[in-house]
Amino acid sequence: MKKALSILSIFGVAVLAALVPDAAFAQEGTGGELTKLGLALGAGLGIAIAAGAAGLGQGRATAAALSGIARNPGASSKILTPMIIGLALIESLVIYALLIAFLLQGKI
Amino acid sequence: MEHFSWFTLIGMDKYDYILGSILVLILLTLAGLSIRSSLSKKDAVLPEEKFSIRTIFEILTLDFLFDLFANMLGSKKQAKKYFPLLGASFFFILFANLLGIVPGFLPPTGNFNVPVACALVIFVMYNYYGLKENGWAYLKHFAGPVIFLAPLMFLIEVISHFVRPISLSLRLFMNITGDHMVLGIFTNLVHYIIPALFVGLGIFVSFLQAFIFTVLSAIYISLATSHETEIE
Repeated sequence: MKKALSILSIFGVAVLAALVPDAAFAQEGTGGELTKLGLALGAGLGIAIAAGAAGLGQGRATAAALSGIARNPGASSKILTPMIIGLALIESLVIYALLIAFLLQGKI
Repeated sequence: MEHFSWFTLIGMDKYDYILGSILVLILLTLAGLSIRSSLSKKDAVLPEEKFSIRTIFEILTLDFLFDLFANMLGSKKQAKKYFPLLGASFFFILFANLLGIVPGFLPPTGNFNVPVACALVIFVMYNYYGLKENGWAYLKHFAGPVIFLAPLMFLIEVISHFVRPISLSLRLFMNITGDHMVLGIFTNLVHYIIPALFVGLGIFVSFLQAFIFTVLSAIYISLATSHETEIE
Protein backbone atom coordinates (compact mmCIF):
# COMPACT_ATOMS: atom_id res chain seq x y z
CA MET A 1 0.00 0.00 0.00
CA LYS A 2 2.73 2.46 0.97
CA LYS A 3 4.78 1.51 -2.08
CA ALA A 4 1.87 2.05 -4.47
CA LEU A 5 1.16 5.42 -2.88
CA SER A 6 4.77 6.57 -3.23
CA ILE A 7 4.96 5.51 -6.88
CA LEU A 8 1.69 7.28 -7.62
CA SER A 9 2.86 10.47 -5.93
CA ILE A 10 6.12 10.53 -7.89
CA PHE A 11 4.19 10.03 -11.11
CA GLY A 12 1.84 12.85 -10.21
CA VAL A 13 4.70 15.25 -9.46
CA ALA A 14 6.26 14.38 -12.81
CA VAL A 15 3.04 15.12 -14.67
CA LEU A 16 2.60 18.43 -12.86
CA ALA A 17 6.21 19.43 -13.51
CA ALA A 18 5.72 18.82 -17.21
CA LEU A 19 2.48 20.74 -17.53
CA VAL A 20 2.84 23.74 -15.22
CA PRO A 21 5.75 25.64 -16.87
CA ASP A 22 3.81 26.13 -20.09
CA ALA A 23 1.10 28.04 -18.26
CA ALA A 24 2.93 29.92 -15.56
CA PHE A 25 5.87 31.74 -17.15
CA ALA A 26 4.80 34.54 -19.44
CA GLN A 27 7.70 36.50 -20.92
CA GLU A 28 7.92 40.24 -21.01
CA GLY A 29 8.60 41.70 -24.42
CA THR A 30 12.25 41.89 -25.46
CA GLY A 31 13.85 45.27 -24.80
CA GLY A 32 11.66 46.79 -22.17
CA GLU A 33 13.10 49.47 -19.92
CA LEU A 34 13.21 47.13 -16.93
CA THR A 35 15.12 44.58 -18.99
CA LYS A 36 17.70 47.16 -19.94
CA LEU A 37 18.06 48.24 -16.33
CA GLY A 38 18.54 44.64 -15.27
CA LEU A 39 21.12 43.90 -17.95
CA ALA A 40 23.12 47.05 -17.29
CA LEU A 41 23.13 46.54 -13.54
CA GLY A 42 24.07 42.90 -13.96
CA ALA A 43 26.97 43.65 -16.25
CA GLY A 44 28.36 46.48 -14.16
CA LEU A 45 27.94 44.93 -10.72
CA GLY A 46 29.08 41.52 -11.91
CA ILE A 47 32.49 42.60 -13.06
CA ALA A 48 32.87 45.00 -10.12
CA ILE A 49 32.26 42.33 -7.48
CA ALA A 50 34.46 39.85 -9.36
CA ALA A 51 37.33 42.33 -9.58
CA GLY A 52 37.02 43.26 -5.90
CA ALA A 53 37.00 39.68 -4.72
CA ALA A 54 39.92 38.84 -7.00
CA GLY A 55 41.85 41.78 -5.59
CA LEU A 56 41.40 40.38 -2.10
CA GLY A 57 42.40 36.88 -3.18
CA GLN A 58 45.47 37.99 -5.08
CA GLY A 59 46.47 40.19 -2.18
CA ARG A 60 46.47 37.19 0.13
CA ALA A 61 48.48 35.11 -2.34
CA THR A 62 51.07 37.84 -2.83
CA ALA A 63 51.29 38.48 0.93
CA ALA A 64 51.99 34.81 1.59
CA ALA A 65 54.61 34.72 -1.16
CA LEU A 66 56.29 37.87 0.13
CA SER A 67 56.46 36.56 3.68
CA GLY A 68 57.98 33.34 2.32
CA ILE A 69 60.60 35.31 0.41
CA ALA A 70 61.30 37.44 3.49
CA ARG A 71 62.01 34.37 5.56
CA ASN A 72 64.21 32.72 2.97
CA PRO A 73 65.52 35.07 0.29
CA GLY A 74 67.51 32.31 -1.38
CA ALA A 75 64.36 30.42 -2.34
CA SER A 76 62.79 33.43 -4.00
CA SER A 77 62.71 32.02 -7.52
CA LYS A 78 61.11 28.79 -6.30
CA ILE A 79 58.44 30.78 -4.48
CA LEU A 80 57.86 33.17 -7.38
CA THR A 81 56.79 30.53 -9.90
CA PRO A 82 53.86 29.10 -7.89
CA MET A 83 52.87 32.63 -6.93
CA ILE A 84 52.60 33.63 -10.60
CA ILE A 85 50.59 30.49 -11.34
CA GLY A 86 48.24 31.21 -8.43
CA LEU A 87 47.74 34.82 -9.48
CA ALA A 88 46.93 33.83 -13.05
CA LEU A 89 44.42 31.21 -11.92
CA ILE A 90 42.62 33.72 -9.66
CA GLU A 91 42.62 36.22 -12.50
CA SER A 92 41.05 33.69 -14.85
CA LEU A 93 37.93 33.67 -12.64
CA VAL A 94 37.63 37.42 -13.19
CA ILE A 95 37.98 36.78 -16.91
CA TYR A 96 34.96 34.44 -16.81
CA ALA A 97 32.94 37.18 -15.10
CA LEU A 98 34.16 39.66 -17.73
CA LEU A 99 32.90 37.35 -20.46
CA ILE A 100 29.43 37.26 -18.89
CA ALA A 101 29.51 41.05 -18.51
CA PHE A 102 30.31 41.40 -22.21
CA LEU A 103 27.49 39.02 -23.13
CA LEU A 104 25.02 40.93 -20.98
CA GLN A 105 26.18 44.30 -22.24
CA GLY A 106 25.78 43.16 -25.84
CA LYS A 107 22.11 42.51 -25.26
CA ILE A 108 21.20 45.99 -24.02
CA MET B 1 36.38 49.83 -33.18
CA GLU B 2 38.00 50.01 -36.59
CA HIS B 3 41.20 48.09 -36.83
CA PHE B 4 43.67 48.33 -39.65
CA SER B 5 45.65 45.23 -40.44
CA TRP B 6 48.24 44.59 -43.09
CA PHE B 7 46.07 41.85 -44.52
CA THR B 8 43.57 44.41 -45.76
CA LEU B 9 46.14 45.28 -48.40
CA ILE B 10 45.74 41.79 -49.82
CA GLY B 11 42.01 42.02 -49.37
CA MET B 12 41.66 39.01 -47.10
CA ASP B 13 41.01 40.80 -43.83
CA LYS B 14 38.14 38.53 -42.88
CA TYR B 15 40.64 35.71 -42.49
CA ASP B 16 43.00 37.66 -40.24
CA TYR B 17 43.41 34.92 -37.72
CA ILE B 18 44.10 32.16 -40.23
CA LEU B 19 46.72 34.24 -42.01
CA GLY B 20 48.14 35.30 -38.65
CA SER B 21 48.48 31.67 -37.57
CA ILE B 22 50.18 30.81 -40.85
CA LEU B 23 52.56 33.73 -40.33
CA VAL B 24 53.39 32.51 -36.82
CA LEU B 25 54.05 29.01 -38.17
CA ILE B 26 56.31 30.40 -40.89
CA LEU B 27 58.24 32.43 -38.31
CA LEU B 28 58.67 29.41 -36.05
CA THR B 29 59.81 27.25 -38.96
CA LEU B 30 62.35 29.87 -40.02
CA ALA B 31 63.64 30.12 -36.46
CA GLY B 32 63.93 26.34 -36.30
CA LEU B 33 65.84 26.18 -39.56
CA SER B 34 68.25 28.88 -38.50
CA ILE B 35 68.88 27.14 -35.16
CA ARG B 36 69.45 23.87 -36.97
CA SER B 37 71.96 25.41 -39.33
CA SER B 38 73.74 27.03 -36.39
CA LEU B 39 73.83 23.75 -34.48
CA SER B 40 75.36 21.78 -37.31
CA LYS B 41 78.52 23.84 -37.49
CA LYS B 42 81.62 22.73 -35.66
CA ASP B 43 81.84 23.37 -31.90
CA ALA B 44 78.09 23.31 -31.63
CA VAL B 45 78.19 22.21 -28.03
CA LEU B 46 79.58 25.52 -26.83
CA PRO B 47 76.99 28.26 -26.59
CA GLU B 48 77.55 31.30 -28.72
CA GLU B 49 78.68 34.53 -27.20
CA LYS B 50 76.46 36.88 -29.12
CA PHE B 51 72.73 37.28 -28.80
CA SER B 52 71.24 35.23 -31.60
CA ILE B 53 68.08 33.29 -32.28
CA ARG B 54 69.76 30.12 -31.11
CA THR B 55 70.69 31.59 -27.74
CA ILE B 56 67.24 33.07 -27.20
CA PHE B 57 65.60 29.73 -27.85
CA GLU B 58 68.20 27.96 -25.75
CA ILE B 59 67.44 30.19 -22.78
CA LEU B 60 63.72 29.70 -23.20
CA THR B 61 63.75 25.98 -23.75
CA LEU B 62 66.74 24.49 -21.96
CA ASP B 63 67.01 26.78 -18.95
CA PHE B 64 63.42 27.76 -18.41
CA LEU B 65 60.97 25.25 -19.86
CA PHE B 66 62.93 22.05 -19.33
CA ASP B 67 63.46 22.63 -15.61
CA LEU B 68 59.83 23.67 -15.27
CA PHE B 69 58.56 20.51 -16.93
CA ALA B 70 61.02 18.36 -14.97
CA ASN B 71 59.51 19.82 -11.79
CA MET B 72 55.92 19.37 -12.89
CA LEU B 73 56.22 15.97 -14.52
CA GLY B 74 58.54 14.48 -11.94
CA SER B 75 61.63 13.45 -13.83
CA LYS B 76 63.81 14.58 -16.71
CA LYS B 77 62.92 11.52 -18.78
CA GLN B 78 59.23 12.40 -18.63
CA ALA B 79 59.99 16.01 -19.44
CA LYS B 80 61.89 14.93 -22.53
CA LYS B 81 59.04 12.68 -23.61
CA TYR B 82 56.34 15.33 -23.47
CA PHE B 83 58.53 18.26 -24.44
CA PRO B 84 57.55 18.48 -28.15
CA LEU B 85 53.85 18.96 -27.42
CA LEU B 86 54.29 21.33 -24.51
CA GLY B 87 57.15 23.30 -26.04
CA ALA B 88 55.28 23.71 -29.31
CA SER B 89 52.18 24.96 -27.53
CA PHE B 90 54.29 27.43 -25.52
CA PHE B 91 56.06 28.86 -28.55
CA PHE B 92 53.02 28.97 -30.77
CA ILE B 93 50.94 30.79 -28.18
CA LEU B 94 53.81 33.12 -27.26
CA PHE B 95 54.47 34.15 -30.85
CA ALA B 96 50.75 34.38 -31.65
CA ASN B 97 50.16 36.68 -28.69
CA LEU B 98 53.22 38.78 -29.47
CA LEU B 99 52.04 39.20 -33.05
CA GLY B 100 49.20 41.33 -31.70
CA ILE B 101 51.65 43.79 -30.17
CA VAL B 102 53.20 44.51 -33.55
CA PRO B 103 51.23 47.44 -35.02
CA GLY B 104 48.93 46.41 -37.79
CA PHE B 105 48.38 42.79 -36.85
CA LEU B 106 45.56 41.19 -34.96
CA PRO B 107 46.66 38.39 -32.64
CA PRO B 108 45.53 34.98 -33.91
CA THR B 109 44.61 34.00 -30.35
CA GLY B 110 42.24 36.95 -30.28
CA ASN B 111 39.71 34.99 -32.27
CA PHE B 112 37.86 32.40 -30.26
CA ASN B 113 38.68 29.51 -32.57
CA VAL B 114 42.45 29.40 -32.17
CA PRO B 115 42.63 29.00 -28.36
CA VAL B 116 39.82 26.44 -28.54
CA ALA B 117 41.88 24.48 -31.05
CA CYS B 118 44.97 24.59 -28.84
CA ALA B 119 42.97 23.56 -25.76
CA LEU B 120 41.26 20.70 -27.59
CA VAL B 121 44.62 19.37 -28.77
CA ILE B 122 45.87 19.40 -25.18
CA PHE B 123 42.65 17.75 -23.98
CA VAL B 124 42.81 14.91 -26.50
CA MET B 125 46.52 14.40 -25.98
CA TYR B 126 46.47 14.21 -22.20
CA ASN B 127 43.66 11.67 -22.29
CA TYR B 128 45.60 9.72 -24.91
CA TYR B 129 48.77 9.80 -22.81
CA GLY B 130 46.81 8.72 -19.74
CA LEU B 131 45.32 5.77 -21.58
CA LYS B 132 48.65 4.84 -23.11
CA GLU B 133 50.47 5.01 -19.80
CA ASN B 134 47.94 3.36 -17.52
CA GLY B 135 45.75 1.35 -19.86
CA TRP B 136 42.16 1.02 -18.74
CA ALA B 137 43.23 1.71 -15.18
CA TYR B 138 43.15 5.36 -16.30
CA LEU B 139 39.43 5.24 -15.66
CA LYS B 140 40.14 4.62 -12.00
CA HIS B 141 41.17 8.27 -11.85
CA PHE B 142 37.51 9.12 -12.28
CA ALA B 143 36.30 6.89 -9.48
CA GLY B 144 37.53 8.85 -6.52
CA PRO B 145 38.91 7.53 -3.26
CA VAL B 146 36.22 5.12 -2.10
CA ILE B 147 34.53 2.62 -4.42
CA PHE B 148 30.91 3.08 -3.38
CA LEU B 149 31.04 6.83 -4.06
CA ALA B 150 31.96 5.99 -7.64
CA PRO B 151 28.78 7.11 -9.50
CA LEU B 152 28.76 10.55 -7.85
CA MET B 153 32.51 11.00 -8.18
CA PHE B 154 32.38 9.90 -11.80
CA LEU B 155 29.94 12.67 -12.63
CA ILE B 156 31.94 15.30 -10.78
CA GLU B 157 35.22 14.18 -12.32
CA VAL B 158 33.79 14.11 -15.85
CA ILE B 159 32.42 17.61 -15.44
CA SER B 160 35.72 18.88 -14.09
CA HIS B 161 37.57 17.22 -16.95
CA PHE B 162 35.34 18.84 -19.51
CA VAL B 163 35.69 22.23 -17.86
CA ARG B 164 39.46 22.06 -18.38
CA PRO B 165 39.63 22.80 -22.13
CA ILE B 166 36.86 25.39 -21.73
CA SER B 167 38.79 27.18 -19.00
CA LEU B 168 42.11 26.96 -20.83
CA SER B 169 40.68 28.41 -24.03
CA LEU B 170 38.52 31.06 -22.32
CA ARG B 171 41.38 32.28 -20.17
CA LEU B 172 43.72 32.68 -23.14
CA PHE B 173 41.13 34.21 -25.46
CA MET B 174 39.68 36.71 -23.01
CA ASN B 175 43.07 37.83 -21.71
CA ILE B 176 44.41 38.58 -25.16
CA THR B 177 41.18 40.15 -26.43
CA GLY B 178 40.75 42.26 -23.32
CA ASP B 179 44.34 43.40 -23.43
CA HIS B 180 44.09 44.33 -27.10
CA MET B 181 40.87 46.24 -26.39
CA VAL B 182 42.47 48.13 -23.50
CA LEU B 183 45.41 49.03 -25.72
CA GLY B 184 43.01 50.28 -28.39
CA ILE B 185 40.95 52.36 -25.98
CA PHE B 186 43.93 54.02 -24.37
CA THR B 187 45.52 54.75 -27.72
CA ASN B 188 42.31 56.47 -28.75
CA LEU B 189 42.31 58.54 -25.56
CA VAL B 190 45.92 59.69 -25.36
CA HIS B 191 47.78 59.28 -28.59
CA TYR B 192 51.38 59.73 -27.60
CA ILE B 193 53.19 58.40 -24.55
CA ILE B 194 50.72 56.39 -22.49
CA PRO B 195 50.27 53.57 -25.05
CA ALA B 196 53.89 52.58 -24.45
CA LEU B 197 52.91 51.40 -20.97
CA PHE B 198 50.14 49.31 -22.44
CA VAL B 199 52.45 47.81 -25.02
CA GLY B 200 54.66 46.78 -22.09
CA LEU B 201 51.64 45.30 -20.32
CA GLY B 202 50.76 43.49 -23.54
CA ILE B 203 54.18 41.86 -23.76
CA PHE B 204 53.94 40.77 -20.12
CA VAL B 205 50.43 39.36 -20.56
CA SER B 206 51.45 37.50 -23.73
CA PHE B 207 54.31 35.79 -21.99
CA LEU B 208 52.29 35.07 -18.85
CA GLN B 209 49.36 33.53 -20.72
CA ALA B 210 51.59 31.29 -22.82
CA PHE B 211 53.37 30.22 -19.62
CA ILE B 212 50.12 29.53 -17.75
CA PHE B 213 48.71 27.51 -20.65
CA THR B 214 51.81 25.37 -20.84
CA VAL B 215 52.13 24.89 -17.07
CA LEU B 216 48.50 23.83 -16.75
CA SER B 217 48.87 21.42 -19.67
CA ALA B 218 51.94 19.93 -17.98
CA ILE B 219 49.97 19.55 -14.74
CA TYR B 220 47.10 17.82 -16.56
CA ILE B 221 49.50 15.44 -18.29
CA SER B 222 51.25 14.67 -15.00
CA LEU B 223 47.91 14.02 -13.29
CA ALA B 224 46.77 11.76 -16.10
CA THR B 225 49.94 9.72 -16.32
CA SER B 226 50.57 9.36 -12.61
CA HIS B 227 50.59 5.76 -11.46
CA GLU B 228 48.16 4.78 -8.75
CA THR B 229 50.79 3.28 -6.49
CA GLU B 230 52.45 6.64 -6.05
CA ILE B 231 49.41 8.26 -4.48
CA GLU B 232 49.11 7.52 -0.77
